[in-house]
Amino acid sequence: MSESELLLKVRDLQIEGRSDEIWNPIINGASFDLKKGEVMGLIGESGAGKSTMGLAAMGYTRDGCRISGGTVEFDGIDLVNAPAAVKRSLLGKRIAYVAQSAAASFNPAHRLIDQHTEAPVQHKVSSKSDSEADGIELYRKLRLPNPDEIGFRYPHQVSGGQLQRAMTAMAMACRPDLIIFDEPTTALDVTTQIEVLASIREIVEEFDTAAIYITHDLAVVAQMADKIKVMLKGDEVEEAETREMLSTPKEDYTKSLWAVRSFQRPQKPAVHTSATPVISVQNVTAAYGKVSVLHDVSFDLHEGRTVAVVGESGSGKSTTARCITGLLPPKQGHIEYDGEILPLDYRKRSKTQLRQAQMIYQMADTALNPRKTIGELIGRPVQFYMGLTGKQKRRRVDQLLEEIELEPDTYYSRLPSELSGGQKQRIGIARALAAEPKFIICDEVTSALDQLVAEGILKLLAKLQDELGLTYMFITHDLATVKSIADEVVVMKDGRVVEQGPKHDMFKPPHHAYTDLLLSSVPEMDPDWLTNLLNERGVDNIGDAAVGKM
Amino acid sequence: MSIWLQLIIALVAIAAGGWVFRFVGQKVTKDAPLYRDMPFGVAFGYVLGAALLVWLVSVYYVARTGEPAVANKYFFLRVAIEGFIGFAIIAYYFRLAGIYIGSEGSKKLFRSMPLTASFGIVTIIFYAFLAIFAGQISSLTIIVLAALGVPLCIYARVNFRADAAKSIVGVVSVTLIVFIVMYFVGPLAPYGQEEILGAANVVPGGDPAIGGNPDYPLGTDQIGRDILSRLIYGAQNTVGIAFATTVLAFLIGATLGFLAATIGGWLDQVISRAVDVLMAIPSLIFALLLMTIASVWAPELGIPLTYFMVLIIAVIDSTRVFRLARAVGLNIVVMDYIEAAKLRGEGMGYLIFREILPNATAPLLAEFGLRFCFVFLTIASLSFLGVGIQPPLADWGTMVKDLAQFINFAAFAPPVAAAPLLAAGAIALLTVAVNFVVDWMLHKSSGLKE
Repeated sequence: MSESELLLKVRDLQIEGRSDEIWNPIINGASFDLKKGEVMGLIGESGAGKSTMGLAAMGYTRDGCRISGGTVEFDGIDLVNAPAAVKRSLLGKRIAYVAQSAAASFNPAHRLIDQHTEAPVQHKVSSKSDSEADGIELYRKLRLPNPDEIGFRYPHQVSGGQLQRAMTAMAMACRPDLIIFDEPTTALDVTTQIEVLASIREIVEEFDTAAIYITHDLAVVAQMADKIKVMLKGDEVEEAETREMLSTPKEDYTKSLWAVRSFQRPQKPAVHTSATPVISVQNVTAAYGKVSVLHDVSFDLHEGRTVAVVGESGSGKSTTARCITGLLPPKQGHIEYDGEILPLDYRKRSKTQLRQAQMIYQMADTALNPRKTIGELIGRPVQFYMGLTGKQKRRRVDQLLEEIELEPDTYYSRLPSELSGGQKQRIGIARALAAEPKFIICDEVTSALDQLVAEGILKLLAKLQDELGLTYMFITHDLATVKSIADEVVVMKDGRVVEQGPKHDMFKPPHHAYTDLLLSSVPEMDPDWLTNLLNERGVDNIGDAAVGKM
Repeated sequence: MSIWLQLIIALVAIAAGGWVFRFVGQKVTKDAPLYRDMPFGVAFGYVLGAALLVWLVSVYYVARTGEPAVANKYFFLRVAIEGFIGFAIIAYYFRLAGIYIGSEGSKKLFRSMPLTASFGIVTIIFYAFLAIFAGQISSLTIIVLAALGVPLCIYARVNFRADAAKSIVGVVSVTLIVFIVMYFVGPLAPYGQEEILGAANVVPGGDPAIGGNPDYPLGTDQIGRDILSRLIYGAQNTVGIAFATTVLAFLIGATLGFLAATIGGWLDQVISRAVDVLMAIPSLIFALLLMTIASVWAPELGIPLTYFMVLIIAVIDSTRVFRLARAVGLNIVVMDYIEAAKLRGEGMGYLIFREILPNATAPLLAEFGLRFCFVFLTIASLSFLGVGIQPPLADWGTMVKDLAQFINFAAFAPPVAAAPLLAAGAIALLTVAVNFVVDWMLHKSSGLKE
């Protein structure tokens, strides 16, 4: 590697964050080099310091953080000690940043193209009209629909995947030497993600831009990066070329990350057709006001089984759950519990009926009242349904905490804010279990969690099912989760059930065209996967474009 | 030289000073980031602040040492500066005391407390003290307090954690001791609030040379009532009534607001539109109008006018509380934990008081502080206009109104002009103090770091 090719040189970078009036280390000495046109993947759990490191590569730290040691050299310029004026002239022009949530990062009051042209005009790279024309050209390259007009829309008029590509275009506006992508596809559906990935990769290659790609999804980073760096709690774990890293990881932590995707439960034998299902959804049609969202949805859930409901956002998965719980009374059809028809509205259901069907939510942050202690959160259903009070209640809560593998004495009087994401989700599970239900709806319970933590939750759910004979309805968009935990799969699209059946049938061809598309869009650990897929299908036959053709 | 020319010269000098300040800073510290990245505006601000400070010090020096003719001009500025420094010292020592005395929790609270909040708390405690002990307290009060406090302590000892019980016992015993001591000390106010003494219009300050009287340290008003006593009783009347009114406004507004947010639909529409109608009428004029009507009804019904005032102001102010409670409630109602509670089959009462209310305390508390100030000012305004708290009850608003004409003496006889300003200052001080405390609470609960 010759010195002239070197773009970014980070040496022994240390960053500290201030909390409770003391400085705590966030990054304890990280070093790496980035050549021109090279893409580095940065992976690790949340809290590993990935984003902090990405920002530090621009010489920037969030409020309350500081760079306490080490150097960041961009093209020979020391970014740590550079005057603000020098940094201003670099950021946006030679170094650009693509944020995780494009929807939250665009200013909702301005058109996309006006935000696009801001940086080039500010840095005097080109005139407003030139950069507008260039923006449209970039939109075309990123294969946004109607590239000539899309820039004149406001952010809320454009879908999430398109916004993410528009933000990539914006980062490209000054043709920077370095772009930092901070989890650009984490919030997107698989079919949308694949399009964004393909366009980002293409444009980065075309302009020979160096990039730091931050993500927690290994399969994604395998497609994008030339080399991968693994971080754990602010420490570097390992750094290697992508292929080498995937085939022969050295450190234990890296190996454990790689192994996550291998958790799989044995398939349970098929149920007797005569058995009464625990929950039976029968010909349910539902609508929000005049917009109909579910059309004639029917499926059964049998005791002790896990039924995964799969589909993209907007396909009606969560609405089905709302119909079952009675939050959204269906227009037509009904829900049967153990052969008995449930009242459509939850307000008309008896306490026992409510108790039998419990729900675990996606965002544990909003599902747990932040002002209540763990004891109160779990204790309430115990008291409400079982009528236990005082010492008996405490004993039952302790027992539940033990079941979800949390130490009762340590956690009983804590508040949700004092727990990690995975622990909060466990509390959500314990709250559902406290009602002693037969049936639990898990609404995307693992999608907000890191892979290792998510695996722990899946294992816990599987263990509880074996012990208590629970029936799960598992709503997810992540097919890896489906593979590991489901017995049966229901695929939904646009409010209809497209296909349903036992898991081993679903993952074997022949598929329904939509199931096929979903399956093929899940990134695999093979670094050639995206290239092969694009060669096989062509750019116009992946992702949303392909969905549109159905 | 005209005043404008002076101003321009001063600004140019400060601008030049700012540039020099930054330049010297850069050279001396060898380009420390603070000076290197300092925009000119910030440098200008530093020098402007320094110039103002120098001016204040020089004025204070003149006010202390100058001839009476010159010194009188700056009399109130001098008082303000002395008051500011005095309060800062008191607040500092209060916080220092809090850091070393009390339970672990309260010590931690005091450590994180800014000086402004410390000042606010000291002031509020002082006002409360004045309000409670203005007149002679009855022995019945002490008996009632003891009857309530002792069972509370016993209950806390049995059911609460040791440290929580300890602080409750501490608070109860300190309160009891203070009440017993004050019972023997007697009323804080030297005279009654309605007592008409010999001399009218005694000048504040107690200096016989300029018409004061040491018996009446803050002077007497136009009909010879002691101003100090009336100020102390004013705390009882004005602050007490304002507090009761605010609590009532919150009971009405928050309850309706949460109900509207939780139930929604037509109930929300009806309450919200009714509130819109009430809010469309300028509040002070509306209050004046209603008070005028009430002043006719009150004698007929035999109910004191003050009760009507509390109700009228509470209803008018509850519309603002309703708006806030509804907005906060709407944000909380969409949370998953509310859905979980609904699906559990919980009733409306549990939803509002156990799920929503704990999450809405921070904004409501902040609003309580602000609302208290507004209510307090409204009462003072109404009293100033003559329809509020009725004489002979002492009230700060009425006191300002009665003595207002003395303000004309400000330039040559500051002690005379101080008479109406004492009550006005009491109002201003409490308003500032409450706002300081509320700011701090809001900052704490919003989870902002530094």
